Amino acid sequence: MPPPPSGTSQLKFREPAKARELASALATLTAAIGRRVSVMHVCGSHEQAIARFGLRSAFPRDLDVIMGPGCPVCITDVPEVDEGVALARQGVAIATYGDMLKVPGTAKSLADAQAEGATVHVVYSVAQAVELAREMSGELVFFATGFETTAVATAAAVLAGVPKNFSVLSAHKYIPPVMEIVAEMPETKVEGFLAAGHAATITGWGIFEPFVERHRIPVVVAGFEPLDILAGLVSLLELIRDRTPKVLNAYPRCVTREGNLKAQEQLFRVFRPLGGRWRGIAHVPNGNLRLTDEWAHLDARQRFRIDVASLWDYAPASLSQSCICGDIMAGIASPGDCTLFGKECLPETPVGACMVSSEGTCKIWHLYGGHPDLGEARL
Amino acid sequence: MTRVLADERITLKYGAGGRAMRALIKDVFLRGFGEAPVDGIGLAAMDDGAAFRIDNRWLVLTTDSHVIKPLFFPGGDIGRLAVAGTVNDLAMMGATEVLGLTCAVVIEEGFPRAELERIQASMQEACREAGTSVVTGDTKVMGKGELDGLILNTAGVALTDRVVTDAGLRPGDRILVTGTVGDHGMAVMSARHHFDLEGDLRSDVAPLNGLVRTALAAGGEAVVALKDPTRGGVASALHEMAEKSGVGIVIEEPSVPVTEVVRAAAEILGIDPLHVANEGKALIGVRPQAAERVLDAVKAHPLGRAAAVVGTVIADRPGFVILDTGFGRRLLAELEGEPLPRIC
Repeated sequence: MPPPPSGTSQLKFREPAKARELASALATLTAAIGRRVSVMHVCGSHEQAIARFGLRSAFPRDLDVIMGPGCPVCITDVPEVDEGVALARQGVAIATYGDMLKVPGTAKSLADAQAEGATVHVVYSVAQAVELAREMSGELVFFATGFETTAVATAAAVLAGVPKNFSVLSAHKYIPPVMEIVAEMPETKVEGFLAAGHAATITGWGIFEPFVERHRIPVVVAGFEPLDILAGLVSLLELIRDRTPKVLNAYPRCVTREGNLKAQEQLFRVFRPLGGRWRGIAHVPNGNLRLTDEWAHLDARQRFRIDVASLWDYAPASLSQSCICGDIMAGIASPGDCTLFGKECLPETPVGACMVSSEGTCKIWHLYGGHPDLGEARL
Repeated sequence: MTRVLADERITLKYGAGGRAMRALIKDVFLRGFGEAPVDGIGLAAMDDGAAFRIDNRWLVLTTDSHVIKPLFFPGGDIGRLAVAGTVNDLAMMGATEVLGLTCAVVIEEGFPRAELERIQASMQEACREAGTSVVTGDTKVMGKGELDGLILNTAGVALTDRVVTDAGLRPGDRILVTGTVGDHGMAVMSARHHFDLEGDLRSDVAPLNGLVRTALAAGGEAVVALKDPTRGGVASALHEMAEKSGVGIVIEEPSVPVTEVVRAAAEILGIDPLHVANEGKALIGVRPQAAERVLDAVKAHPLGRAAAVVGTVIADRPGFVILDTGFGRRLLAELEGEPLPRIC
């Protein structure tokens, strides 16, 4: 494993010369393994950096780096979107992150509800939603999406105290359990995971140890600069080559073994993990974060009767039948395999959630040229 | 599955200078207007202007309407923009000796006279820099709410011995950019959305005919393509050049000049400076042997100090632009619609 960046070199995560060294290490390792290797990351920010910097063109031909279910907006399940849309149509004001607006539910999105007259506020943080509730007289539901990184912020806001008219519709998700699902998928070829550094700052890297123990698959925690990702992949391939399933922390400047204990304590005081569906993936045991009994009075699902059935009169859009978002999020297909990608399905007219969110695989690929592999181009 | 691809209504993306706008012009206006003048360059070329041969010289004609919010922004205003925009369209055809400009103005009822005078003064200053003047015009006033403040249209004519199109690239040619990219769009966006970003975001809006004259004097026939990367930014301009010339272009991202403040704003807002509009920069396609000579000449001009050679023309992947990030290569996408700051 290359030494983790230290001292002044920490400021140079964008040094092309160092990147070329790491890329050539990847080639040597892949050759040593001697077959096609697939590894998965589970984070939109990793995909953004890989696409933005054209890293895939520097990966060896026999290395597949796949994005798994790493986009919180994309894996928000249809019935969860329906709950938000139904509440909005019932006349309750909704506050949510901008990326959620266009995500299709069974038949409608929050943006559709808004166009029909419902009140939907776009907020940048839970704090802004709380402030909004303080300034208004009616009920405000914060439609909370995101992984543990965002859930911690929701928890902190709840613990700090919220006004009476504020409640939470939680669609928060918890990443570690879904890695188990992907590892157990019969069609999976994934031999190693690159774990998201920012989530690990909260959970700590130790959380992956039981997973590695159970599935005998290595996990490397990596940061988000191009060199972080390349160094993380080098470590991961070394573990695969040596058949040494263990957890390595390639992001030590931010991540510790225990993580942020205070944040974990807050997170699990407010939320409890509960099984539930992730869009396109499966039922994920302990994959959803729902409010604990102590906070039931802030749970929008308790406070309101949400009439989701009223939405089912609308026929689903026909194009969505051809959408393969689910397979893309499970890492068994890539946007290039989709017949809609870049044609009918574009950021301004998205068919699936992966083209809606700035963390969705399709949106990222589209923004950065739509095709990751330029190895063939003669220069 | 069937879907009508041509929209029934014109949405904002058709005005953003990208693929959608080019398709709209082709579908609606090229029909019937597509025939070239007897001897010259017409609408079908979809270039910055038209050109008529008159004896052994060329008369170049162009027009441009200007709307911008806000009317006054750091580094310029709609008046300076209207003059520079038209002068630059002429210059991008190689026509740097501007004979004169027209100015048509449509004003909303209630518009402050003082602001109109300020805009006129700024047009006059830009004309002085370009060595030309407004020689005829038209004035209309419309009712309150029938337009938003002010629309300025300018047309311009210029003479030149040689027309430079944006379709003259061939493999091996080098691409120069005459300075830092993204300044105009980022300054306007910041002023429009009231981002309180530290540092000095200023539009680069300026007439470029003097700079282009310098480049042409140094490079002569070796200057084979000119394009100003306005709406849609460098990304759109390069795509258009690659498409029309039937070549691919590789851009070395680390050599593209970007000011620190634009780079920082772009990172924060999640916008690529290559997608952001410029109003005082040109992309110049040059034969390889003349690249250094033209670069040196451009750098000696006050508007070209930060100029750099940023790319190379290749035969492979015609119509595409490849971005070499220093870490790897990817395709550069053209943006549909205006770049918007990231929401979350």
